[in-house]
Amino acid sequence: MAASGTDRMVVVPKSDHRMQRVRNKTSDLLYSIFRYALVIGISFIILYPLFLKLSVAFKDKQDIYNPTIYMIPRHFTLDNIRIAAQVMDYMPLLANTLLFVAMTTLLTAASCALAGYGFARFTFPGSSLLFILVILTILVPTSTLMVPMYLHFRSFDFLGIIRLFTGRDGINLLNTYWPSMITAATAGGLKAGLFIYIFRQFFKGMPKEIEEAALIDGAGGFRTFARIMLPNAISPLITVILFSFVWQYNDTFYSALFMSESPLISLKVASLPAQTNQLVPQLMGFGSNSGMKVDPNYVAMIVDTGILLAIAPLIILYLFVQRYFVESIERSGIVG
Amino acid sequence: MRSMRLSLKSRRALLGLAFISPWLIGFIFLFATPLLQSVRFSLSNLSVAPNGYVLEFVGLKNVKDALLVDAAFNRILVDSVWAMLLNVPMILFFSLFTAALLNQQFKGRTMARAVFFLPVILASSAVAAAESAGLINLMGDASAVEAAADGGASFNVVSIVRMLADVGLPMAYVDYIVEAIMRIYDIISSSGVQILIFLAALQSVPGSMYEVAKIEGATAYESFWKITFPMVSPLILTNVIYTIIDSFAGSPVTRAIYQTAFKTQNFGLSSAMSWLYTLVIGLVLLIVGWVLSRRVHYN
Repeated sequence: MAASGTDRMVVVPKSDHRMQRVRNKTSDLLYSIFRYALVIGISFIILYPLFLKLSVAFKDKQDIYNPTIYMIPRHFTLDNIRIAAQVMDYMPLLANTLLFVAMTTLLTAASCALAGYGFARFTFPGSSLLFILVILTILVPTSTLMVPMYLHFRSFDFLGIIRLFTGRDGINLLNTYWPSMITAATAGGLKAGLFIYIFRQFFKGMPKEIEEAALIDGAGGFRTFARIMLPNAISPLITVILFSFVWQYNDTFYSALFMSESPLISLKVASLPAQTNQLVPQLMGFGSNSGMKVDPNYVAMIVDTGILLAIAPLIILYLFVQRYFVESIERSGIVG
Repeated sequence: MRSMRLSLKSRRALLGLAFISPWLIGFIFLFATPLLQSVRFSLSNLSVAPNGYVLEFVGLKNVKDALLVDAAFNRILVDSVWAMLLNVPMILFFSLFTAALLNQQFKGRTMARAVFFLPVILASSAVAAAESAGLINLMGDASAVEAAADGGASFNVVSIVRMLADVGLPMAYVDYIVEAIMRIYDIISSSGVQILIFLAALQSVPGSMYEVAKIEGATAYESFWKITFPMVSPLILTNVIYTIIDSFAGSPVTRAIYQTAFKTQNFGLSSAMSWLYTLVIGLVLLIVGWVLSRRVHYN
C-alpha cells in the first residue's frame, strides 16, 4: 500500500478517494482516543499515590474505618497536618533544608559551569584525558568512595596545613555543612559529572565569534565568561539548578554519610514512622512512659501526611518551573 | 607582566586550566585519592583510631570474605544485576514509547508532560522507605504486607497469564510481560530522565524528513522505524548507560556496603565489596557499550 502512494492520487477514482478519506479520518479518531486513554491512564498511575496522600491529610480520625469513603473524606480536618508538622518540627526543618540545598545547588552550578566551559573551549595538555576522567566520575559508584571520604572528613586536613600550624590531627567536619559544601564547590557533588557534561555540550554548540569579538574588545577570559557566555546559557543553567536542587533535596546517601544528625528533610522523613509512634502519644496528652500505643492506622495517616509535607515544597517548585524544565532540556544540548 | 611574554596558545591553555581548576582540585583530593585509598582499604584490615585509622595488610582476604564467607552478599549482587538486566529493556522501551507519544501534537500535551516528569521530582529513597514503613505499621508487620501484596496481585496475574498463554505466547515471554505489568509504577517512576533525553532527541529530528517520507507514501509505522529510530539510536546508548548507573545507585548492594561499613564497622570488607561491585558494573557497561555501539547509527 505504501508503494502505491503516488499512483493513488492519479489513478484511483473519486469515490474510492472519498472512502479513503473517511477511513483515514476514522483511524485518526481511533488513534487519538487510544492516545488519550494511554496518557490519562499513565497520568493516573503517577498521580494516584499523591491524591491518596492528599485525601489522607485532610481526613478525620473517625473516617479511617468508614468503608464507604473512597477519596473525599466526610469529615475534613487540619489536625493531621498540625500533628505531622509538630512531629517533624516542620518550619525550622524546612528552612534549614532549603538553606542547605540552595547553597549546595548554587555552588554546584557555578563550579560545573566553569568546568564545562573550560572543557568546551580550551585545549591544554591532557584536556581530553581529563574529560574522560569526568566521565569516569559519573561511572564509579559513590559507595566505592564512601569509606575514604568519611574518614577524610572525620579528620579533615587539606595538604597537612592544619597539622603544620596547630599540631593537631585535622578537624572533624562530620555533622557540619562543610563536607557537602566542599564537594559542591569543587564540582564533585551529586551527579556533578553529568552537569559538567551538560554545560560542555551547550558551550560547544555556541558560536566562537562571540568570544572572539569580546576578546578583541579587550575583555579577559573570566569577564567574557561572566558577561557573555553565562547569560546565554540560561537553559542548561535551569536544567542543572533544578536537577541539582531536587536530587540534593531528596538525597539520603551523602546526607546520612556526612550529616546523620543534621536536621534535613530527607533524613527526617526516613525516620518518620518511628518518630510518629513515639511522639503522637505525648502530643495526645499521655506521658512518654505510659506505654500507650496509638492506633497503627492513625500513625500511618500521620506518616502519610508527613511525607506529603516533605514533598510539598518540591511540588510547589515544580508547578512554577515545569514549563522551563521541559523546554530548557530540549534546548540545553543534552543530546549533543 | 610575565603573562605578556607567553604565547597566545599557552595563555589560553592556562586560562582553560584556571576554569577547570575547582573541578581538578576536587577530582584529585576528593575522587582520585579516595579511589586509591579504597583500593588499599580493600586489601587491609582497617581499625578506626581516635585520630585517623590504622591499616593492617591482609591481601585478598576481604575479597574472599565478601564472596565466600558473607552470607548475603553473593545473592544480593547477583539479584541486583539480574533485576537491572530485566529493568533496562523495559525502561528503555517505555521511555522511547512515551517520548514519541509526548512529541505528538494533541490537546493537553503540556499538562501530560508536566505529569509524566513528576516522578523525576518525587523519586526519593527516603520517601519510599517511610512509605513502606507506614504500610508495615498499617498491616502489623512485614510478612503481612507481603502476603497482602501477593494476595492482591495474584488475582490479576492469573488472569493476565491465562490470557497471554491463550494467545499462544511462549511462557518465558509471558513471565517477562507479567513482570513488567507488576512493576509498572517502578518503571514509570524511574524513566523520567530517559524520557527527557529521548524527547530532546526527537525534537532534533528535522520535520522535513517526515514530510519527504509522507510524500513518498511511507506509513507512520515505516517512518518510525526508518527515520525516528535510527535518528535517536545514539541516545539509546546514552540512555542504557544512564539507566544502568541509575539502577545501581539505590540498589540493595549499595545498602549492604553501607551497612557493612557503618553498622558492623568492617571497613575493609565494605571496600572490597564496593570494588567487586564496581568491577561488575564496569563489566556490564563495557559489554553493553560494545554491543550497542556497533549497531548505533551516527549521522
